[in-house]
Amino acid sequence: MPLLSRRSFLKKSAAIACAACASQVPLPNAIGAQSGRELATLIDIGKCIGCEACVEACRDANAVKYPEPVKPFPKMYPSRVKAADWSTAEKRDVRDRLTPYNWVYIQEATVNVGGREKTFTFPRRCMHCQNPPCADLCPWGAARKFKNGITLIDPHICLGGRKCQVVCPWDIPQRQTGVGLYLDLLPQFAGNGVMYKCDRCYNRIEEGELPACIAACPEEVQTIGSRSNIIKTAHDIAATTGAYVYGETENGGTNTIYLSPVPFETLNRSIDKGPGRPHFNPVKDQMAHADNLAKAMLIAPFAGLAAAFGRMYLTAKRAGGRDGGQP
Amino acid sequence: MKPQTASNHTAAQGLIKPAYVILLALMTLSGMAQMPIFKRYYIADIPGFGWLAQFYVTHILHYAGATLLLFLFFYCIGVYFGRLRRRFNLTGSAYVRIALLTAIAVTGIFRVLKNLPDVVFSPGFTMLIDISHLAFMLTLMVCGTVFVILKRRWLAEKSL
Repeated sequence: MPLLSRRSFLKKSAAIACAACASQVPLPNAIGAQSGRELATLIDIGKCIGCEACVEACRDANAVKYPEPVKPFPKMYPSRVKAADWSTAEKRDVRDRLTPYNWVYIQEATVNVGGREKTFTFPRRCMHCQNPPCADLCPWGAARKFKNGITLIDPHICLGGRKCQVVCPWDIPQRQTGVGLYLDLLPQFAGNGVMYKCDRCYNRIEEGELPACIAACPEEVQTIGSRSNIIKTAHDIAATTGAYVYGETENGGTNTIYLSPVPFETLNRSIDKGPGRPHFNPVKDQMAHADNLAKAMLIAPFAGLAAAFGRMYLTAKRAGGRDGGQP
Repeated sequence: MKPQTASNHTAAQGLIKPAYVILLALMTLSGMAQMPIFKRYYIADIPGFGWLAQFYVTHILHYAGATLLLFLFFYCIGVYFGRLRRRFNLTGSAYVRIALLTAIAVTGIFRVLKNLPDVVFSPGFTMLIDISHLAFMLTLMVCGTVFVILKRRWLAEKSL
């Protein structure tokens, strides 16, 4: 049996203790759980000690939502369609990336600060965009954004086509095969399971409780509140400490705001990126072109009518000319 | 003034029919491409069809096609009520087509609204929009095919 290092022991003890305490921490009254206001979270990277209490609390609080796939998986056609299986005991235990069983994980960056190497840790999960491409482009309406700023994927409707992951600038949703609605339709020919990601503990928020990761954090790395307040707080801290902000304008604005003592480009160069491990790149508004075209759609009917009447006017004028102006 | 017949009316509307057919084909293709099926079934691997697996590209094309279709619908509405109504009646098949196109347009407009920032519809309503948009389009494809086979036109000349 491997021995635990002192650091690991402290991390795990803190995580377990905090997860236990996180079970029923109420939302601050000021947030107004039922108000429908857009809520955002602020993640202060400078405070995070990487104890993974948030990870453990998330896993405990959301275990009931995790997939329990039917095996063997139905054979899928054509052969290029591969099953995504995270349900084995070993894979369920993965904590160093996002998976269908791990909706938040601790990312690590070792960077040079003032000539000294310093390691930063920070929780990574869904950014909960203000105009989420996953929800906008989901062909079935399985991915949805709610008025309180939460974007969630309905596991009863999702067919696991992975479109949400492809269009997500951070590739957040993760697929598990062998579960969900597709099994009742044409499992061989359409769909491939269900996509999973952080739902910001929507059920706890409905009950007036804090999301588990926020409640469990011993360092109060995360705070939650109305987006306007969170943005103001982020700017106030940035103004006094010189911290850097990420998530305010990325992809047109998100409801997860990171504060970092070092530039995000610096963090981004140091973190492990790839499947299930999101980046800190600048992200343009992915839906901006579509939003502009939507405005053009408003003009199209009037332009069509104008063109019709213009054509009729020209036809009548030409006919008048041919008839020598006679009525 | 030279009396207008059905034949020179058809010639005058010559551009509308190909534009309508091309736009409907584009909308069908880009609409179906909203489902992740073209890559799965190798269609996007065919040279020249790779764009069908690019979700942002097909989404923008669908919006652009919808804008042009709306322009075309209202152009046709204007021309019909302004000029053609005196000599032509809409046929039964035209009423079916118009009803289905209107249903597709209305559900599509709601979907566009839902995709705007700060516009949030209930989950049930969003699903209703999505599924009904697809269902109306499939119905139009079936009806359109039947009408083409049976040579049912949009307009019939009024009998004197």
